[in-house]
Amino acid sequence: MSTLLELSGVSVSFDGFKAINNLAFQIGEPEMRAIIGPNGAGKTTFMDIITGKTKPDEGRVLWGEKSINLIGKSESQIAREGIGRKFQKPTVFEDQTVRENLAMALKNPRGPFEVLFYRKSADGALRIEALAAEINLTEQLLRKAGELSHGQKQWLEIGMLLAQDPRLLLVDEPAAGMTPAEREKTTEILVEAAKTRAVVVVEHDMEFVRRLNCKVTVLHEGSVLAEGSIDHVTQNPEVIDVYLGR
Amino acid sequence: MRKSFFADNPSVLWFLACLGLFTLGVTVLAEATGAGLISTSFVKTLGKVLCLCLVAVAMDVVWGYCGILSLGHFAFFGIGGYAVGMWLMYARTEAIVIQSLAERTIPPTATELNDAIATQIFGVVGASEFPLIWAFSHSLILQLMMVVLVPGLLALIFGWLAFRSRVTGVYLSILTQAMTLALALYLFQNDSGLRGNNGLSGLQNIPGFEAVPQSVISMGFFWASALALGLGYVLFARVLTGKMGSVIRAIRDDEARVRFLGYHVESYKLFVFTLTAIVAGIAGALYYPQAGIINPAEIAPIASIYLAVWVAIGGRGRLYGAVIGTAFVSLLSSWFTGGGAPNINLGFYTIQWTEWWLVLLGTSFVAVTLFFPGGIGMIFDKLKKGTS
Repeated sequence: MSTLLELSGVSVSFDGFKAINNLAFQIGEPEMRAIIGPNGAGKTTFMDIITGKTKPDEGRVLWGEKSINLIGKSESQIAREGIGRKFQKPTVFEDQTVRENLAMALKNPRGPFEVLFYRKSADGALRIEALAAEINLTEQLLRKAGELSHGQKQWLEIGMLLAQDPRLLLVDEPAAGMTPAEREKTTEILVEAAKTRAVVVVEHDMEFVRRLNCKVTVLHEGSVLAEGSIDHVTQNPEVIDVYLGR
Repeated sequence: MRKSFFADNPSVLWFLACLGLFTLGVTVLAEATGAGLISTSFVKTLGKVLCLCLVAVAMDVVWGYCGILSLGHFAFFGIGGYAVGMWLMYARTEAIVIQSLAERTIPPTATELNDAIATQIFGVVGASEFPLIWAFSHSLILQLMMVVLVPGLLALIFGWLAFRSRVTGVYLSILTQAMTLALALYLFQNDSGLRGNNGLSGLQNIPGFEAVPQSVISMGFFWASALALGLGYVLFARVLTGKMGSVIRAIRDDEARVRFLGYHVESYKLFVFTLTAIVAGIAGALYYPQAGIINPAEIAPIASIYLAVWVAIGGRGRLYGAVIGTAFVSLLSSWFTGGGAPNINLGFYTIQWTEWWLVLLGTSFVAVTLFFPGGIGMIFDKLKKGTS
């Protein structure tokens, strides 16, 4: 396992409020990592920084074997580097079919002219079929994404993430609003993905995190409070103080 | 590829068939080529409407599909008109000047000729020399290139600056309004080099075709306009098919999400903005020789707002909707404002449509926006749903 992404000394403040404070974080490839923390701990800002949505005031974000600095790159450049993101609220293109959504996400050249003259290939179609099977949406391929249930939208978004074939997946509350059966399936998909890539899951639900069975990072007030197995961090007195409550 | 494109888009074939039928119908009924039931001036009106439909289709692509409410696309239309108008005016004036100097015993030198043409064209704004921007006006080919290049470059530079700074929504609309207003105000000045508020006139007289009656020339432009609309429609339908269309519509619905998929949203917007500006320029170049005159009032901000109204009434997000809306509203408009509609006497007040038409149009626009967001095109969607 080699280091894929490394954040060091990262700080960012909004109007004087320190959302991220001297944060250090590392993830290897392949690896599954869960990030927990109370509201306002900086989980979403952490993802915003990695994906280029927010520029940190200081610190470094290094990526890959060549340790490329991601700060200053645009969202689309970072996505093309191989970082995929799933949002808390499922954001799929509701006006388009499941197939179109997946096709758009499929790893292919992204320039306007390459896309304009893109020709559907048997290869791409196979890949879409395979993905649809993986996320249980084979029957829904021709339906508009807006007609799907909440859980199916979540899966479609995960499917789009996998279609991008990223090296790092950032997943924000994947199990929110899902039935127990759907949660089980989601866990399966994520665990499978983490066999070949780095996966970072931000989650509130302790039960879900426990089932991922991975290293856990606890964020608090914009920096890392504790790191280790779920049992290790849940027994940490500081963590109990700030997050779990007595 | 060709085959599958039309197979995937039956509505394009339907549109082309309707356009072809319409063109044929007008040809059969027109003065020059048929029964003479349609006057030459009405052929010109119809040809102009086709050009307006073309610019409306471009507007629909940029607004209805890509979500950029540009309120400045008529500027590109006007630039296209000016570009072709410069050649028309130069070439025609040159012919007249040569004719008038022909009786002299000593033939005029090139400089004398040039000065005479310039005085003829710019005397109205008190100038007698060609401004720099008229450098290519002697060449039809070069001016036709300007029809494409000038709107394209302006859109490219404007779009690059605006999209790069991530100006979106209503702010972008205001910016595009400012662009067309600034251009109009500049052109209103006498020293802008394009004859100030006089504009360019006599554009209906095509140099080299002096012997051909207007009834025939108007048919030529009508056919050219129909052809341009057909080609433009197919071009945009092609751009909006498949993955490109998918990405463009996705940008309209959630551009931040598209960025996280790895697409450089700004490049796509720039592509759409520039391509539609070029098509608008071409539409303008076909429109103004039929209108006969172009002046800066044509590209006043209101013109671009009309464009958005036509597309909204026709139903945005449907290419045929833009055509229907434009044809419907602009023909109705010329009926009302041309005195075709009878005034309504209420006893205490007489509704004169020449004045009240704008009120009616404004009210319909508000009503469509509030109650029928799909516009006239929605009727076709309902029909399609009913049959399938």
